[in-house]
Order: sequence, then structure tokens, then C-alpha cells
Amino acid sequence: MKHSKLTNSATNSSPRPPSEINSRAQLRELQRVMTGVLFRPLTPKWGMQKRWTDGAPMEAVAAEFIKPNDRLSSFERLEIYNRQYWFRILDCLYDDYPGLRAVVGERRFMKLSTAYLSRYPSDSYTLRDLGNRLEQFLREEPQWSAPREELALDMVRFEWAQVVAFDGPAKQPVTPDDILDTPASKLRLSLQPYLSLLELNFAVDDFLIAVKKRESDVLRGEASNAMDGAPKAVTRRKRVRLPKPEKIYLAVHRHDNMLYYKRLDPEAFAILTSLRRGVTVEDACVEGVMAGERTEIDWSAQIKEWFDTWSALGWFCRNS
Amino acid sequence: MPANAFNGFTEYGIGIGLRVPHYRHILAKKPVVDWFEIISENFMVDGGRPLEVLDSILEQYRVVQHGVAIYFGSADKFNREHLKRLKRLVKYTNTPWLSDHLCWGSVDGRYTHDLLPMPYTFAVARHTAEKIRAARDYLEVPICVENVSSYAEYHASEMTEWEFLSEVVELADCGILLDVNNIYVSSQNHNFDPYDYLNNVPHHRVGQIHIAGHSKYEKYLLDTHDHPVLDPVWGMYAHAVKLVGNTATLLEWDDRIPSFDEVHNEALKANKFRDKQLATTAE
Repeated sequence: MKHSKLTNSATNSSPRPPSEINSRAQLRELQRVMTGVLFRPLTPKWGMQKRWTDGAPMEAVAAEFIKPNDRLSSFERLEIYNRQYWFRILDCLYDDYPGLRAVVGERRFMKLSTAYLSRYPSDSYTLRDLGNRLEQFLREEPQWSAPREELALDMVRFEWAQVVAFDGPAKQPVTPDDILDTPASKLRLSLQPYLSLLELNFAVDDFLIAVKKRESDVLRGEASNAMDGAPKAVTRRKRVRLPKPEKIYLAVHRHDNMLYYKRLDPEAFAILTSLRRGVTVEDACVEGVMAGERTEIDWSAQIKEWFDTWSALGWFCRNS
Repeated sequence: MPANAFNGFTEYGIGIGLRVPHYRHILAKKPVVDWFEIISENFMVDGGRPLEVLDSILEQYRVVQHGVAIYFGSADKFNREHLKRLKRLVKYTNTPWLSDHLCWGSVDGRYTHDLLPMPYTFAVARHTAEKIRAARDYLEVPICVENVSSYAEYHASEMTEWEFLSEVVELADCGILLDVNNIYVSSQNHNFDPYDYLNNVPHHRVGQIHIAGHSKYEKYLLDTHDHPVLDPVWGMYAHAVKLVGNTATLLEWDDRIPSFDEVHNEALKANKFRDKQLATTAE
């Protein structure tokens, strides 16, 4: 996504609204101030902060550009938008990341989400992408998921993979005719873009299934500037037991437009990872078998079975 | 208005918004619905279940696209990726017209995911109209802009909201999606007569009407879309029909969504107000 470059006024941490709007530049100034207000986290009581970034009373800053009316001050009118912004995006993350929420706990999740969205406001026109930098954030600021940093990272990678699998792009699957004449030593297979391969240190798949089983489906309002009440994370729920460390290999994918996660053997994971890197089928298989520790296996039969399954699932696709 | 250039010369009746909780019912029962409005951004994806559902809907129903994130009023230039995906969807659905809001919601590539009110100045009207024209030329489909509900007004504004709307649509030569609930909500929040608004927009440019429910708080109204339509809004709807004629009408219900039948029956109440008003007008 292309972004417009920040100008000097945008980098000013305490911008003030223009007194008149007679140009696009002044409109931009106003919009920077307004988003600056909206993006500031709410107080613990879900209100707008009382001071602006330079310490000036927010009441005075709001009065510079927002009219009061007979019932609400400028501050109160602006606060409606500040609250609406945070309620909407916090609810969105709340719904989309139940696993991470269960790992860190409801209250911690709200704090983590607020910190994340303060550092990385949405850069996409769709709320689908709201969590696209959550993994990066958790790596940069592990204190938000301590002492379960590793589990939280596994979970957020797993949950983002599901976003990709749900509506990510699909390419034309490879047919037997496409590859019939190409020897394995020269054959390279691409994997579907919606397929994610995850090496994880916790069995987050079983954990998430248990979490979702406990929760009722929550559907997000979709359109308009309709407003919700306060975010949902206010009720305490009985927690699902956290998973113990366990190495797993997971493919997150879709089939017939239904979302699935499939456990993989380490060797199968290694083969698929190598294929995604662009190595030939022959080299990928060698790398896969070498990656494993098992010896009592008919590798040629096993690999054929895997490829038959992956092919049936439509995981292989053409490059273009 | 009935069929006009801004709704692709169609004569659609009463429609409802296509929402996830109703997918199963619609696909299984195939209820008779005149048309569905889809949220464009929900289907501007690369694949998967959303497009499968859309395919099934398009096989059986007329669909009109309604967007929530073009942001004609943002100072930023358009997000080209957004427009490219939108155009792909326009071709896919063959929507006879496309609507989005007269608002802004992003700056410097950062998104609020809200429909924020514009400062009502002539310069902003010109800027906004230019963007609407550019979008229409690129998307090759008629555009109707929708008035939003608002909770704040700017000191910098030089005119009323309806004057601003009129200025923008005349400059852009585009249509209006007249949301009578939004007018009512804003009128209560900003102390103006909603009928002044209805009476003073260019009626020949109205291509579609929205109706919805709202919530009343102690000091202001909120556009919640989680209730049936309230009586004052029905009254405004009847007046709007008197002014603009039998126009494609859509009920929005986006939160605490009840059963499909409940939503559809609420939408169909519009027939009563419309028929009564049109009969009175004919007399």
C-alpha cells in the first residue's frame, strides 16, 4: 500500500487545527489534528485524555476547531469520536484474536491491543488487516505478553495465518498433465498463497479449538458509522488450560472455502518449506528426509502418499 | 428519483443489506428480495468464502455496492490499490451504481475506520467533488454520495450540511444517497430542522434512500443501526418520497442483527409509507 509522505507539520507532535479551511493543505492539517486526537488512547474510564500532547488542556484544543452546542462542550463532542474509534478497533481485535486473548488474559489483551494500535494505527482500508503487524509488535515489545512471550507469538502467527487462509489469493492448481513430462530433478512446485506453514513450540491448534468451543460466536457490525458500546473485554471467563511446550508443524489452509489446520510430520514440513523456497522436488525430498530422525520408514511410499494428499488438497499451483 | 442517471436508470424497490448472520438463510431459503446492498470492502478480497457467497447471491439477486472507505473527503489522494480492487468488484457485480459516504476517515495513509464529518467550506467542496469525479471516471459507474450522521461541527464551516452536500454533488455531477436516518440524527445533534435539509437538496440527484434505526442518549443521538426505524424517521422517509418520487430504498441493520425475516419485514414497512405518499401525491 502506498502512503503519502509525512510533512513537517505531520511530524510535529502537538499540531494545532487551522482556523480556516481554504485549501487542501489546510484540510490535511485539520485531519491530522483530528486523527491525532482519535488515535490517542482513552483513559481507564473510557474518556478522552484531559491534556493534549503538549500539555495544553484538551478542552481548549477542542474548542479551537469544534463548536459546542447547548448540551455538549467541544471536548465532549470530540470525545464521542475518540471513544467510537477505540471501541471499534478494540472490538475488532477482540473478535479476531481469541487465541491471543486467551493466552494473555482479557484485561492484559486490552492493554496489549491499545499499545499495539497506538504504535501501529491501521494502514489499510479494511479491518481485516488490523492485526497484520501484531507479530512484529510482540517481538518488539515482549513485555506485553510476558511471561508467555513464546506462546503468544505462536498464537498470533497461527491466528494471522487463518486470516490469510480465509480469503487470501488462490492460484490455478497444478494438474498431473502440467508436470507429467518434468523429472523430479527439474520440477519446481509453487504453493498456494493462502497456505501457511508454521513451526510452533506449542500445540496452539488444540488450544484454540478449546477456546472457541467455550466462546459463543461474536459477529461484528459491518457497515456505516454505527456505534457500539464499550469494548467487550470486561467480563471474566473461566480460562482454558494453557498448552505445555510441544513442537508441532502446522499447515493452515482452506479447502472448498472452509478453513482447516493440518498437523504435519517434521519431514513433510521440511519438504513443503523447501518447495516454497523454490528448490526442485527432488532436492526438497532429500532435504526433508535428511531433516528427520526417523529411519524405519519406506520413504518413497511415504513421500508419494504426502504428495498425493497435498495434490488432492490443491496446495500446488502454477507460478504465474 | 425513480430511474435516473445516478442509479443507472434502474427502478429498484425495497432492499436490505447483505449481512453475514443471514447468509445461511438466504442461500438455503432463497427468499424473495428485490435487491441486496453489499459492503464493497467485505468483498474486495482475493478469494475464499466471501467470493463464493457473492457468486451465489449474484446468481439469484440484484446487488448494489455500498462502500465505507473511499473517503472522498480525505485530503490524501486515493489509495490506488483500494480503487483497483473496487473496480475489479464493480465489473464482477455489474452494480448499476455505487455509493459511498460524503466524509473523510484517513490521513497520511492511516485509517480511522470511521465516517468523519467534513468542514463545510467551498474549497473542501471543490476538492471533494474532484475526487468523486476522478473515482467515477476510473470506476466507470454512476456514484451516489451519502450524507453521514455526525456528532460534531467545525468552526471553519461556511455553510450548512445540506448546502455543502448540494455544492459537492453539483460540482461533481453525481447522485445522492439520501440517508433520512442520518439527517434526523444530525438534526437532533446540531439543532436544525431535518425538513429544511430534505427540502433543500437537489431532489433530481437522489438515486437511493437509506433508512435505519438509531439510539437516543441523554445528550445526543447515536447512529447505531441496531433498532427498527423510529417514527420520526418514517415521517421523514414519507416526505422524502413525496419530494423525490419512488426511489430505491434500503434498510441498514448492522448490529444486534435479528432474523432475516425480521429485518426484511422492517424494510418492507417502507412500502406502506411510500404507497400512501405516492397516492396522496397523485391526488
